[in-house]
Amino acid sequence: MTKQVQQLDRVIIRFAGDSGDGMQLTGDRFTQETASFGNDLSTLPNFPAEIRAPAGTLPGVSSFQLHFADHDIMTPGDAPNVLVAMNPAALKANLEDVPRGADIIVNTDEFTKRNLTKVGYPVNPLEDGSLAEYRVHAVPLTSMTVKALEEFDVSKKDAERAKNMFALGLLSWLYNRPTEGTLAFLRAKFASKPAIMAANTAAFQAGWNFGETTEDFAVSYEIKPATLRPGTYRNITGNLALSYGLIAGSRLSGLPLFLGSYPITPASDVLHELSRHKGFGVRTFQAEDEIAGVGAALGAAFGGSLGVTTTSGPGMALKAETIGLGVMMELPLVAINIQRAGPSTGMPTKTEQADLLQALYGRNGESPVPVLAPQSPADCFDIAIEAVRIATTYRTPVIVLSDGYIANGSEPWRLPDVAALPDLRVEFATEPNGPDGAFLPYLRDPETLARPWAVPGTPGLEHRVGGIEKSDGTGNISYSPSNHDLMVRTRQAKVDGVARDIEPLRVDDPTGDAEVLVLGWGGTYGSIGAGVRRVRRAGGRIAQAHLRHLNPFPANIGEVLARYERVVVPEINLGQLSQLLRARFLVDVIGYNKVRGLPFKAEELAGVLQDVLNGRRTEDVIEK
Amino acid sequence: MTETVNGAVGGAVPPAGLRLVPRADEPLKMKDFKTDQEVRWCPGCGDYAILAAFQSFLPELGVKRENVVMVSGIGCSSRFPYYVDTYGMHSIHGRAPAIATGLAASRPDLSVWVVTGDGDGLSIGGNHLIHALRRNVNIKILLFNNRIYGLTKGQYSPTSELGKVTKSTPMGSLDTPFNPVSLALGAEASFVARSVDSDRKHLQSVLREAADHQGSAFIEIYQNCPIFNDDAFAPLKEADRGTPGSGGLIRLQHGEPVRFGGGKGVRLNRYGTAEVVDVDEVGEDELLVHDVAVPDPSYAFALSRLDQPAFAHVPVGVFRKVPRPSYDELMAAQLERAAAAEGPGDLGALLASGDTWTVG
Ligand code: SF4
Repeated sequence: MTKQVQQLDRVIIRFAGDSGDGMQLTGDRFTQETASFGNDLSTLPNFPAEIRAPAGTLPGVSSFQLHFADHDIMTPGDAPNVLVAMNPAALKANLEDVPRGADIIVNTDEFTKRNLTKVGYPVNPLEDGSLAEYRVHAVPLTSMTVKALEEFDVSKKDAERAKNMFALGLLSWLYNRPTEGTLAFLRAKFASKPAIMAANTAAFQAGWNFGETTEDFAVSYEIKPATLRPGTYRNITGNLALSYGLIAGSRLSGLPLFLGSYPITPASDVLHELSRHKGFGVRTFQAEDEIAGVGAALGAAFGGSLGVTTTSGPGMALKAETIGLGVMMELPLVAINIQRAGPSTGMPTKTEQADLLQALYGRNGESPVPVLAPQSPADCFDIAIEAVRIATTYRTPVIVLSDGYIANGSEPWRLPDVAALPDLRVEFATEPNGPDGAFLPYLRDPETLARPWAVPGTPGLEHRVGGIEKSDGTGNISYSPSNHDLMVRTRQAKVDGVARDIEPLRVDDPTGDAEVLVLGWGGTYGSIGAGVRRVRRAGGRIAQAHLRHLNPFPANIGEVLARYERVVVPEINLGQLSQLLRARFLVDVIGYNKVRGLPFKAEELAGVLQDVLNGRRTEDVIEK
Repeated sequence: MTETVNGAVGGAVPPAGLRLVPRADEPLKMKDFKTDQEVRWCPGCGDYAILAAFQSFLPELGVKRENVVMVSGIGCSSRFPYYVDTYGMHSIHGRAPAIATGLAASRPDLSVWVVTGDGDGLSIGGNHLIHALRRNVNIKILLFNNRIYGLTKGQYSPTSELGKVTKSTPMGSLDTPFNPVSLALGAEASFVARSVDSDRKHLQSVLREAADHQGSAFIEIYQNCPIFNDDAFAPLKEADRGTPGSGGLIRLQHGEPVRFGGGKGVRLNRYGTAEVVDVDEVGEDELLVHDVAVPDPSYAFALSRLDQPAFAHVPVGVFRKVPRPSYDELMAAQLERAAAAEGPGDLGALLASGDTWTVG
């Protein structure tokens, strides 16, 4: 039977199920198929904080959303066109995000009385007409999988487990995805368990065949590949891109990478990834606590390594004193904060960008540190290299503010030409620089104000550094009032000077006559960009700029801000960048702030921007 | 110069803990290790004697001066690096073992010494200390124990005796003190020793043994703080000074029976507790023959408890010295294994790993 194939320009699918249902894996495989097909895409995993929440309950629901298109897209999408719900909990937890008219594929086997009661459905929603405005496809996924695997040498439990592959097969048919990648993946994953491999492969194929034969799905869909820039691509998450960027930074600088880290959500994946690359000379140290993680990284930096520490907000709070020591000792150090919802433990698996002021000011004394923020998953690679460049050039700790959204989200990444990456080679001090063969550890480079980096093992340059105020030049302990004033100002001037060699703030203002600028930072780039596109499609004139450097700001930011009548600053916090901009540039920006642990939706931002364009919104809006 | 347990003789054979540290081209002198900084401890502070003992010991290591690094935390003792003309870091309170761990793990060619105190190392930094010891990082930790907070002007410390009256405990302290040697042994440190500020010869012999050990070495040094806790160890020292070996100090010697004072000795009872006995009463054969290399730390732990109650008898010297691969060695071995298996990392291949596709 040949079915009709319908063309679509984009689709948003959300796979949702119990944490034990393998939804992340299913979503990830569908993403890989989609990537290899050549669509542009963006993903958003959403998982519970509990490792094993009770099965079938609302807190146990895990989901994975994927947006793919035949054109370039910027976000994982606001609302799914298709929801795959593996149990009643998954349906209940996700239904409010699904617009009327969307497709919902449910696993009817799980809609038992017991499971319905567990999540508070008094009657079966598949039978009470409450889903009448959706296109519901009731599929007994579990029993069909078990039936398909009758002949296989696997337990009933293993057969049932393969239902996610059945679902993947069905969706792969529905959207005409290439299957070779998934088949190869199953071969590799279960290489040592041939029976399980065969069962999963068969379940996948059974799902595909079911789509082809069932009358429930009358059409399948095709989304043409996107016309991306020529090049070789792969799909990449923010945390993976960050890990690769650090390895690249190590290579480019010629410094061995030393990661001191302590497990914390959502940063642990960077520790996991880097610990797999010892062949690159990467040393990973899982410390006894956050403080030891950054301490060991700083100790390694004193010895001439590229010292890096990775964490999330609570860990940053603990590392503050050691970062301050790095500021005082003027040694390179890269501290990466994958932000999550706070304060305190907050919501570890949910995103937020509320650690900006902590990064800038969360240390005692005048303790300036350059701060960078990647704007998308793939940008994490470039930001890591930029952080290494600034840290080594200026001999300073650098803080990188990623967030849970871009850390776990993914997008296609055009592989860089390795030979074209910047040369970050570092010159250690080898000769005395003072009178009579003395070594002055705080004699600075006149341009960058960086001090020499003399590593142990270099004869004649023995010196002492530490947290007590240093005398200019000699680095000896000094309590002199005028010296302290000089050193405080010099450290500030050094960090301010970083603005000289960072990229200027680029403004995207296609009509050239926009009166409203929307300015964001970090992980909101995609959502803001998607909102801006909607406004422009509706005829609105609006300019967009995005900050990747938060300290110092790009040198031209004041001039950019002055060019626009109104400036909107959307942030997933209560207005931290807004506050900085108002204080430094006396520009009364309009903040749009929301802290729900979730990224912005393109549609809501479009609405906000439209309101500003129309003059309906002139003040901060803190959305609840 | 005396031979160490391992047989390394100062200067001639490289100490075991410094195998990978480049040797000095010509012998260095004590003055090579003195900086031009004015030493600023209170007059009479025990730190002076420790500094002098350490500086005159350093040339013995026979390693290049530029490959020696001193790392300290915060406290009176932590000023140490400023006075030793090597590389040095005066870091932050309690964190020296963590910082030194990163340095030593990434630079096996360095001789890394941590200087800490009872407050720095056992209170704010206690966690880092025990973890550095269990990992067996190749660092030598000198813990100056004056049983008081000196730099902050006289509060009780984690080694102050129960009931100690200080500025912060006018009615006496309520917390039971740590025995630093017991703590280190509990963390299964591979090298644990104790010495005294005023006995240069003994202190240097312990330093020598520590340098001759691959991995973490923990040395508690009783240090007098004449300003805030004068004579905390005086009874012990005095008794010893009158007739050497007659007081409460038990000088542990590898391979020798544990004897001290007028005819006293130490044996283990049926519960494994070390107890002091009259040698004449029990006979020489009953006595423990000290062995630093007993694999299980229980024996050394039992010895460390002899100070109870009230510092009646205090063993000094090397309690434990057992071979165990050091953290930096193990880490370097993993890196080498990975490089041998995968070849030197190819960045382009890494970036292109996984599913890729090509456009245009
Ligand atoms: S306060 Fe005590 S320990 Fe500190 S320098 Fe003075 S005498 Fe020494």
